[in-house]
Formats: sequence, C-alpha cells, structure tokens
Amino acid sequence: MPHPLGIALGILSLTAQDPTTPARQDPPASPPIFQPGAPGQPTRTVTAEQAAELARTTYTEADVRFMQHMIVHHAQAVDMVKLLEVRGHSPRVKALGRRIAIGQASEMDLMRGWLQARGQPVEAHDLHAGHGAPAAGGHDAHAGHADHAGHAAAPSETPIMPGMLSPAQMARLAAAEGVEFDRLFLEGMIQHHQGALDMVEELLALPDSAEDTLLSDFVTSVVADQSSEILRMRSLLAEL
Amino acid sequence: MFVRKTLLSSAAALAVLSGAVAAQAQQASVPVVAVDERTRLSDGIMDAGQAAKGLALEHAVAPPPGFFDPAMIFAPPTTQEEGQALNARIQASPDTFSPLALSNTDMALSGNRLFVGNFNGFNAYDVSSGKPELILSVVCPGGQGDLSVHGDLLFMSVEENRGRVDCGASGAGGAVNAERFRGVRIFDISDLQNPRQVAAVQTCRGSHTHTLVPSSDPNVLYVYNSGTSGVRRAEELSICSSGEPGRNADTALYSIDVIKVPLDRPQDAAIVNRPRIFADENGRIDGLWTGGRIGVTSQETAQTNQCHDITVFPGINRAAGACAGNGIFLDISDPENPKRISDLFDPDMAYWHSATFDNTGDKIVFTDEWSGGIGARCQLEDPATWGANLIATVGGDGKLRGRAFHKLPSAQNASENCVAHNGNLIPVPGRDLMVQAWYQGGISVMDFSDPMKPVEIAYFDRGPLDADRLMVGGSWSAYWFNGRIYSSEIARGVDVLKLVPSDMLSPAEIAAAEAVRMDVINPQTQTRVEWADTPDVAMSYVDQLTRSGADAALMREARAVVDGWRAGSADAATADAVAARLTEAAGARGVSAVDARRMRALAGVFERIG
Repeated sequence: MPHPLGIALGILSLTAQDPTTPARQDPPASPPIFQPGAPGQPTRTVTAEQAAELARTTYTEADVRFMQHMIVHHAQAVDMVKLLEVRGHSPRVKALGRRIAIGQASEMDLMRGWLQARGQPVEAHDLHAGHGAPAAGGHDAHAGHADHAGHAAAPSETPIMPGMLSPAQMARLAAAEGVEFDRLFLEGMIQHHQGALDMVEELLALPDSAEDTLLSDFVTSVVADQSSEILRMRSLLAEL
Repeated sequence: MFVRKTLLSSAAALAVLSGAVAAQAQQASVPVVAVDERTRLSDGIMDAGQAAKGLALEHAVAPPPGFFDPAMIFAPPTTQEEGQALNARIQASPDTFSPLALSNTDMALSGNRLFVGNFNGFNAYDVSSGKPELILSVVCPGGQGDLSVHGDLLFMSVEENRGRVDCGASGAGGAVNAERFRGVRIFDISDLQNPRQVAAVQTCRGSHTHTLVPSSDPNVLYVYNSGTSGVRRAEELSICSSGEPGRNADTALYSIDVIKVPLDRPQDAAIVNRPRIFADENGRIDGLWTGGRIGVTSQETAQTNQCHDITVFPGINRAAGACAGNGIFLDISDPENPKRISDLFDPDMAYWHSATFDNTGDKIVFTDEWSGGIGARCQLEDPATWGANLIATVGGDGKLRGRAFHKLPSAQNASENCVAHNGNLIPVPGRDLMVQAWYQGGISVMDFSDPMKPVEIAYFDRGPLDADRLMVGGSWSAYWFNGRIYSSEIARGVDVLKLVPSDMLSPAEIAAAEAVRMDVINPQTQTRVEWADTPDVAMSYVDQLTRSGADAALMREARAVVDGWRAGSADAATADAVAARLTEAAGARGVSAVDARRMRALAGVFERIG
C-alpha cells in the first residue's frame, strides 16, 4: 500500500506520505479506503468515489407504487381522526387518535419527499382503474376521501384499495356518535392499520423490493408503530 | 434505527396495563415539552444555528472521503451555479442515494481509537490529541453498521438484504442468494494497513444490533445478536424458518442468537444457542405476548418476538433487553443461557429500543423509539410521554417497575427527526447522569438520580438540515468516552463536546467525571465505575448536597476539609468529625435517599483520609 501511515505515530500527521508520491494534487491526505473481501480473502483499496458508489441503492416500480398507495392509505386515517375530534366520546380514544394522526401525517410528508427526490409522481395513477374506485376517469388521488365519493350514488362497499375503509364504512362512521362512534372508529382503524401491515408484507415478498435504505427504514417503522397501535386499540375496544 | 415485525397482542397489554398506569401515576411531575432557544434554530447542513447549555462543541469533523456524496444533500451547494447543477443532476438521474445509505451510526472506543459505524462500513479515528484524526476507512455496505470492539477484533451488524459476504455492492438480489450476508461480521484490525474480514456469522434475521458479553474463559467472548428483520429462507440458511410457534416450533422468531467467539480462532465463531427468552413458565416460546386469549378479535397477531437492543452488566450478571413490545431483565450468570427474570410493559412505550443501567444496576433507562427514528416526534403537540425515556427501577425481587418518563424538553420542528436514542452514563459520583442522542433534537444530558424526577441539565443542538423538508440526520449516538462526549452525527460527521460548569453541574463534578478512564468502551457492555478518593470526588458530593439544600454550616466545614486536602494538608481530625456528622445526618428524617447516599459516600471518603 502506498501510504506509510501507521498507528505507531499516535497522532497521525496528515501530510505524511511516501516521498515519491506527488502530494500536491491530492486533497488533504487521508488514509486509504479499504474494502475487505470475504473471510479468508484479501482486502483491496478503493477510491473515495468507488466507496460512495458502493452505497448506491436502487428502487423498484413496486417501491414507488407502495409509497404512492400508502399516502392515500394514510390520508384516510387522518380523515377518520378529524371525525373523531367532533363525534367521538372517550378522551382516551381521542388521545390515541391524535397520536395516530400525527404519525400518519408526518409519514405522508416523508413519503412525498421520498417520491419527489426521485422524480416520481406523488399521486398514484393506477388507483382509479382498479379496485372499484368510484371516481372513474379522475386524475387526482383524492378518491381516498369518502366524502368525495358519496355525493351522487349510495357509497360503495368496496374500498379504493385493500386495507382501507370503504366509502360506505366511512359514511357510517361519519353518521355515528358517542360510544358507537368510538367502536366503529376503533374497529375501522384496526382494519385500516392491518391493511398497512398487509401492504408492507406484500411489498417485502417481491424480489428486490425495499432495498432502498430510507424506504426499508420506513416500512419497518410502519410495522412497529401500527402494530403497537393495533394492540392499544384492541385494549380500548375491550373496555368500551 | 430500524424496527420490524413488532406485532403485539392484546392479552399482554391488558395483563400489565394496571402496572403501567401506576407507573405514570407515580410520576412526581408531568413532563413538559416547551418552546425554548433550540426550537427555532436556523437550518443548514454544515452551518446550522447552534444552541448549548452546559456543553461546548470542541470539534466538528466532517464525514471522510467516500462517506458522503459531494453532489448530494449532505454537501449542499454553496453557489447558485452549484445549486442549479445539483438540481439538473437530480432531475437527470433520480436513481440516487438514499441519504441513509451513508449514515453514521453507533460507536465504540478502544484506547485512543474511536470507531464509528456507518451504513456503508466504518471509520476509525485517533482521538489522543482531542481532535479526531481519521486513521482507517473501511467500506462494507449492509447497514446499520453498529459496531463493538474487543482487542484486535471489530464486530459489525449487518441486516439489509443487499449485504454481501464479500463487502461488495453488486447486490444480492432474489429471495435466495448464496452471496448475501446478514449477520455479524468480524474484522481483524491489528494491522490498520490491512484490515481483514475474518469471520461472517450468518443469522436468520440479520443483525440489527449486537452486544459483547465477556465470559469466565479469557479465550471466549460471546455476542448476543438481536435480529429484527424478516426471517430468511432455509434455502439460504438452513437453520432458518419462520412462522408463529403454533405452526412451527422451530421458528427463528422469539429468540436472540448467542454467538461464541474463540478469541484465538475468531474464524470459528458460530451460533451456539438461540435462547427462547420470551418463553413463559409453561414453555410457550411466545410467552410474553400471546394473541387472542382474551378474544378481542380473531385477527392473527405476532408478538414480542425480538429484541432491539440488549445491554449487559457483567459485573452483576444481569442484562436489560429492550425488546420491541416490552423491557425485560435477564440473568446472564451462564452467558450461553440467559434467563428472563422479569418484564415490563407500558402503553406509552411504542417500541422498546434500548436500555442503560445506572452504575449500580438498580435502575434502568429504557427508550422508546416511536416511529423508528425517521419521524419528527418532538414537536410541541407530541405528548411528553411518547418517544421518551422510561425510568424503571429493579426491585429486590428482580421485578421491573416503570417510574417516570423523560423526554427532550425542547419542542423541535416538523423537519427534524427526533425521538429518544442512544446514550450512556457520565460518571459523576453521587449522581446518575446520562448523555443521550435525540437525532435532530440534539444531545441532552439527563439527571435521573431520583427515578421519579428525571431532569435535563445540559444540551447541545443544531437547527435542522433543512427548514422545510425533513431530511434524516442528527445525533445517532452520544457517548461519554473518557472525558469527552462523542456524537455520531448521521449526516454531519463526528462531534466532540465537553462539559462546562453551570448551576446544574460544578467544576468538581466535571473534573471527577473526566478523571475516570477505561481502556475499552462498548456502551452496551456496561462496567461499574469506582471512583478514587480525590478532592474532586469529595467536592462533587459537597456541591450536590449544597445544591439540594443540606445544612449550610456542615457543608462549609466539609468544603474547608476538601480545600485543605486539595492544598496538600487534609485536616484529619476535622475530616473524621465531619464524617461522623454526615453519617448521622444521613439517617435523619426527611433526608432523601439520594442525599443520604451522598452523605455516606462523602463520610466514607473523609474517614479514609482522616
């Protein structure tokens, strides 16, 4: 290796270099960057550019679709909590609802940021075509809002995506009050959260999905948070 | 940082709910998160605004070459032309880095060498001059790169699917891949000019964190591995299979891995046990949380089936596990067979993330990594009991009891990821101080001497990386290593901070802490600190007792004894007399347990010099 840097020096002189090496062109000298081999295999050195390149991760179409869908999914939870604030009964359910809304709203920001940073559309263009979405032909992603769907015909019992509440469920929730609202809210939110867990599971089953570090981190925290919230909601439901 | 598959069941929740409620009710004062000078600091990657109290930033070391992408967000454009070029590049090639892929993570110290993990490998710095000087860079992608050090061996956690046995980045695609590596890597770092990977112990759920556990055999070191990711297929690693225990008694869920490392032949390191530390007395391996028993719903649930982090305290043969759905307390007298003594649940703890003992092992600080570290969870509207620390005490019966919550008391804004994260003890005699990282919430020092009244006594914070957009960054770990606090900043590199005196911390207390030295520090392997009899140690107790309103005349006399000792002539007779009065005062009514301990400790010092 060309760099005679050694720990015996204690404090390394950053200008210490092999005298035969031209020092001027290099940025402030730093130790070589090693890339070890498998156990038993030799170690090699790489350049800073190669080292950073090793961190490059990619993402798949499924990753993008997952993020787009999850934004719509999360928006429904925020809507449900808005209803809870005015129609709910139990302060404990309301407190939990606020926590859910805080979490889901900031995760929506994170997902939008992830998509935008990768030049991907924030809105899912495939949602209206399948899943029996009511606003056929629409180009925005607001079909996740139940009130949007409920103007003309009777609200559909088919959710816009698996794991979401159907427009009819949302309409029943919006019509309920007091303890009955709390019950519908908790049941609905458990179903909703379970849907997110299913979406994550589906994504992870696909080859090469969720290899992007930030995305990988995100889906794992979705699982942790929503799972523990399901637990809490079940406890509350049992006490109603 | 990551968390995965933490599906909790309701039975356990209900079973322990009453205890948890009691924990909250016991708290002397409800913690408050308020706006302060840290709330509205200006943004910037390398030039963000700063605020500090009781701490001073001595060095800020930017990430080394190869560990940041000069064109990406961690090195912001400084001119308009650079900004336009960056925008063009992002537009042209959205297939760019995830900022996390170059994140700094956990740290360890050995001698004068500071090791800093990274999702892309690790770096080592010589800190003997104070300013960290880079001496080694190793790339080996796979995240998170949490690391520990023992002699010439460095251990690193790898959990991502993209990790490869050969440290390469060509990927390890597909559901089954022989080149894939998820587990604990062991490097030989005896030659900094030729670091080598000597072992790569594959595990079923990868390695999220790991903990070194010494054994009575000097040639054997154990590693407790906590895997939190999905279980890999048997075709890839034959010992692995997934599923709930009802259907698969051999499931790789509901266990940790115990790896045995023969120190003379580290290449032979292997898993020797996968203990079922969540089992109940009837042998149900999912004994902590079992779904459906109270019949709330019939939905399939998974349980507390993993630990995120285990901290061992070999001096007392105990370990504390932060295990997703609850905190657990383990007997590790036989390190190959850890046994659970007790466990704790609390409805305000979303995800039990890490554990830190006090210096005696009587108290444990558990952290709650609500939302996994990538969310802004320290905002004004976020409750002060969520994403916080839970101070627990260990009873004589070995039972854990939740006592009080403590959260960073400063509201952070929506673009700052913030939640309780990694820290360790600052060895000030007479007090339980813990320095802790809160991601972009900065670094905070908590005094939990009284487990009912944890309080912040010092902090350092920067403004967000970006004022408008949440970019993941901040302090991953903040540790006291031999006199200084080192902070592994996810995006900005390594920070070195020193304690400075304030009304909450005296010069003697700082000097006493700075005098404590250890050869090796792996924060998840705790060792008990013993303080030498020095004037600074004695004055620390005097300062603390004075602060809490002890008898002023007695404190004046004690101070005079210490001053004389410091000047080279301890007054033995007075020291003995003061020691006697301190011992008497410690037994008086109305004296807090904390102050009584300080009085007895000070009396002990005075008796020995008397």
